[in-house]
Amino acid sequence: MRFVDEYRDAAKAQALAAEIASRCEPGRHYKFMEVCGGHTHTIYKHGLEDYLPETVTLVHGPGCPVCVIPMGRIDDAMAIAEQPDVILTTFGDMMRVPGGHGSFFDARARGADIRMVYSPLDALRIARDNPGRRIVFLAIGFETTAPSTAMTVLRAEREALENFSVFCNHVTIVPALKAILDSPDLRLDGFLGPGHVSTVIGCRPYEFVARQYGRPIVTAGFEPLDILQAIAMLLDQLGDGRVEVENQYRRVVPWDGNPKALRVIGEVMELRPYFEWRGLGFISHSALRLRDAYARFDAEAIFDVPGHRVADPKACQCGEVLKGAIKPWECKVFGTACTPETPIGTCMVSSEGACAAYYNFGRFTRTRVRSSAQ
Amino acid sequence: MCLGIPGEIVELNGDEPDLASVAVGGVRRMINIGLLEGEPLAPGDWVLIHVGFALSKIDEREAADALEFLESIGQAYADELDALRAAAPE
Repeated sequence: MRFVDEYRDAAKAQALAAEIASRCEPGRHYKFMEVCGGHTHTIYKHGLEDYLPETVTLVHGPGCPVCVIPMGRIDDAMAIAEQPDVILTTFGDMMRVPGGHGSFFDARARGADIRMVYSPLDALRIARDNPGRRIVFLAIGFETTAPSTAMTVLRAEREALENFSVFCNHVTIVPALKAILDSPDLRLDGFLGPGHVSTVIGCRPYEFVARQYGRPIVTAGFEPLDILQAIAMLLDQLGDGRVEVENQYRRVVPWDGNPKALRVIGEVMELRPYFEWRGLGFISHSALRLRDAYARFDAEAIFDVPGHRVADPKACQCGEVLKGAIKPWECKVFGTACTPETPIGTCMVSSEGACAAYYNFGRFTRTRVRSSAQ
Repeated sequence: MCLGIPGEIVELNGDEPDLASVAVGGVRRMINIGLLEGEPLAPGDWVLIHVGFALSKIDEREAADALEFLESIGQAYADELDALRAAAPE
């Protein structure tokens, strides 16, 4: 239990663990989903599952934006990158995501000009510096990064830049939660609500989870104690017979979110009728595209985008992992054919993907050691 | 990309009110503070930065906790800081 050795608040964690254990009804099993990839990362990094009674299971959700991008969209981005004069820019996390024709690193080796950026504003600078080229920013992320893309489009408009566009793949968290709640093969007792997404959208949008689905949801911070405390809050609600939206991460997340960020998203973007999610399939009104008023900055309006659906490799079980139906190490290719160096599926690519988190922090080995010793 | 990195405001930019110089991970760089409407910022204030934009104002204690957490996760934070250092919006 590295958490005990390394973390300064080990005593507090032990106290919370005792509280959690005391709040569990004997004989009852609890299954909570952490929606956010950042939470998954913390849980494995600090071995938090070792702090929970065996009757409390954490299920990893779809909250890793790199992981939920379907292969077809990667191929679309690659098709754009291979058109004349294009410089495709994207976050480093995206570079190793496999599409139907390899990753962006492979496309770069084939001659495409693909560059990693830290911020969409860096893509804008590349556009200013290269007036003869067409700069496309491959935008991904939940509501955490959508306002940055929207602000960047507004800035491009103000500067009257004519060689900058966005290939928009922003997704929204609420329809994904609904899809999971509607899924018949998964019975959850509650949710750890995402931290940074909630900084933007606030806690109000989660009210349907409590009202329509009768499940508690607690927005949680990213430190080990935050997550343990949020689990204790979920158990408290269930013990008291309450079903509510609560905010454990009040020191960062305002109940109403960030109004300016929501306003710029709404100004520049609108909901797509539907969008494909890896593992979850097509979900209505679950992603954003640029509004017609900003069509001149919309790569999908400017370039010929194939838009083909590409099935995931047969061996890949990212879909089941993203829905929480299987644990990463239950996938047939986990750690053998699929590793962070040569990923088959997206969950092994991003550091926030459940598979990469499991793999990197040695949970797999430890779990195996433990079970083989029994 | 999803990591929120705390930065301390060093200097506001009079000509471009959306921009501020921030000390983050031992480097100084410009970030966009245009999403923090109605939150008066001054040098010494802390913000949580996502992909070059400040998304929320935080207190110094939260900033310290967040930094400690980021350092604990290792490679992902190192990669994010490298990307941030290499980039210079504006």
